[in-house]
Amino acid sequence: MNKAKLAAIVGLAAVLAAPAAFAEKYIVITHTAGTDPFWPVVQRAAEDAARDMGVEMEYRHPANGDLVEMARIVEAATAQNPAGIVVSLPDASVLGQSVRDAVAAGIPVVSINSGGDVARELGVLAHVGQPEYEAGLGAGQKHAAMGAKNILCLNHEAFNVALEQRCNGYRDGAKADSFEMIDVTSDPAEIKTRTSAALQKDSSIDAILAVGPHVCEAAIGALQDLGKEGVIDMGCFDLSPKVVNGIKEGWFNFAVDQQQYLQGYMPIVILKLHNAYGLTPGGDILSGPGFVTNDNVAIVEQFAGQTR
Amino acid sequence: MAEQGQADERLARSSLLQRFSTRPEFGAVWGALLVLVIFIIFAADNNMFGWRGVTNWMSVVAQLGIIAIAACLLMLAGEFDLSIGSMIAFSGMTMALLIHNGELPAWGAVAVTFPLAMSIGWLIGWLVIKTRLPSFIVTLAFLFILRGVTLVSARLLNGTTLIGYLENHKHEDPLVWIFGIDVFQGLYAWFAEIGWMDTLPNGKRAVEGLPMVIVWWIGLTIIASYVLQRTRYGNWIWASGGDPKAAMAVGVPVDRVKISLFVFSAFCSTLFAALQVFDFGSADAARGQLKELEAIAAAVIGGALLTGGYGTVLGSCLGALILGIVSQGFFYTGVDGDWYRVFIGGVLLLSVAFNTWIRKKATGGI
Repeated sequence: MNKAKLAAIVGLAAVLAAPAAFAEKYIVITHTAGTDPFWPVVQRAAEDAARDMGVEMEYRHPANGDLVEMARIVEAATAQNPAGIVVSLPDASVLGQSVRDAVAAGIPVVSINSGGDVARELGVLAHVGQPEYEAGLGAGQKHAAMGAKNILCLNHEAFNVALEQRCNGYRDGAKADSFEMIDVTSDPAEIKTRTSAALQKDSSIDAILAVGPHVCEAAIGALQDLGKEGVIDMGCFDLSPKVVNGIKEGWFNFAVDQQQYLQGYMPIVILKLHNAYGLTPGGDILSGPGFVTNDNVAIVEQFAGQTR
Repeated sequence: MAEQGQADERLARSSLLQRFSTRPEFGAVWGALLVLVIFIIFAADNNMFGWRGVTNWMSVVAQLGIIAIAACLLMLAGEFDLSIGSMIAFSGMTMALLIHNGELPAWGAVAVTFPLAMSIGWLIGWLVIKTRLPSFIVTLAFLFILRGVTLVSARLLNGTTLIGYLENHKHEDPLVWIFGIDVFQGLYAWFAEIGWMDTLPNGKRAVEGLPMVIVWWIGLTIIASYVLQRTRYGNWIWASGGDPKAAMAVGVPVDRVKISLFVFSAFCSTLFAALQVFDFGSADAARGQLKELEAIAAAVIGGALLTGGYGTVLGSCLGALILGIVSQGFFYTGVDGDWYRVFIGGVLLLSVAFNTWIRKKATGGI
């Protein structure tokens, strides 16, 4: 009886382990704790690409958004010797060595989202993302054209260099009289209360940029409580159904769309073509920035939160 | 009184297994074996047990193991430290700021940070003793204070919450090698030469050496186990948690013991931070989040009682082994890593139930 049970367990293990052993496997590793609505679009895109390319894909992220944990995940991925690794690079000083080790192990790596400025130094094949500083710069220029003089940037990931670059670009693009960047966390209640506090502390603020869609969604609540929605110019980074609705309602002037679906989809295609035919893009692939305003929001609306 | 001819049950010989089954870490041993077997079945194909794989998950185990030892000893003495995670961030950022902004050599930053952190540990212990507030409350307060100070100081002095590219200081500073190098490199090179270890396409071996974090963990485990099992101070720790009033009555310096354990907890957190700073070359205000709970979970899974006076260092290390293997193991099996949290919760409940049963068996139902 015991032998029969053991045989059944071993048989089941073999069946479960078999697909992993034979399929061409790619591992996608991103840096947030999974609470940001931006990343499910990237994950869905990678799943779609894997299905279209006939490969297997695993999606990973650190439990607490800790970049050291993320580096360990990259090391674990390297140990598995997959056909390719896709990794976001919020800070190369932490993740750089792990990525170099993966490249040294002969694993092709594509970076996404953040870290485009250092990606090539680490030996990656290509980077798919938007230049963050330039995207922020564009947002700042838009608000400057609307007459903004005192601006506020809402940052939800204090540890993410890319988000700081967005805020710095925003500051430089707006050429405002005053600029403040505040850490609002990813908690909607915290975002609302901290935004409200900043606006009450400085009533001269006339433009806000939120560097994440969920930040925009929560911050508008603070503006509504103070009766300032539509009065204070507000821009968002990335899209969600609520952000799209906010653009239609006139609460938000624009959203910077980095088309993150491309960040999930294109790396799998790049890796597949590289492994199959030795093809490599001649440069980085810019997924954004694109600006969604009241003029073009209707086209975007049906895909918000899915592929946009 | 026992009748003549009938042996006293206290003198009856018991088998090795019977004696072992009454040990606090009994459940954790079986748990660790079970976890290993499961991952050998499901993840061996993905190189989890190759050189790189073992080095990867053992580094995670060792990291957690270091703070689990501190959590375990404090729990044995009937206290908690919820500031471990924030202390990791605080100590790491202090080192980084001293190197980056203060332009101190790396050894100087280490020499300043360890005493500073241990002084804060002493302050926490002193507040617990003097105010008679539960350590849960005092250390919860310091969880917020230290995390806040870390964020504020990093932003104020550096404009960002992450300071990177510190690894060069390690290479320039032989005294700091103890936190960041891989040891036994010659032995590993020999393994590669004789074909025991695979080499990379660029000719380098798969693993350079044994990471220092593992050496520190093994060393601390041996020392802490020896102190706990073989010294008078170890007896004082048990007594302080088991029955503090009785311990005081027989001259055990309970207050001093507890304060010293908070200092040791701060030391372990700072060691954890130093190993990260000089291994990954950076410090970040977001480091160490929830590590205090993982450390406590490791100690509890290893058989330590929340009420104090029961548990072992070896048990906490086995708890760390279970959590570390599973946290990284999911990445080798293709299971969504978020299940790790579900696993911690489930194993905690099972461990406490199992360990309570074992303890009742060992103490005759007390």
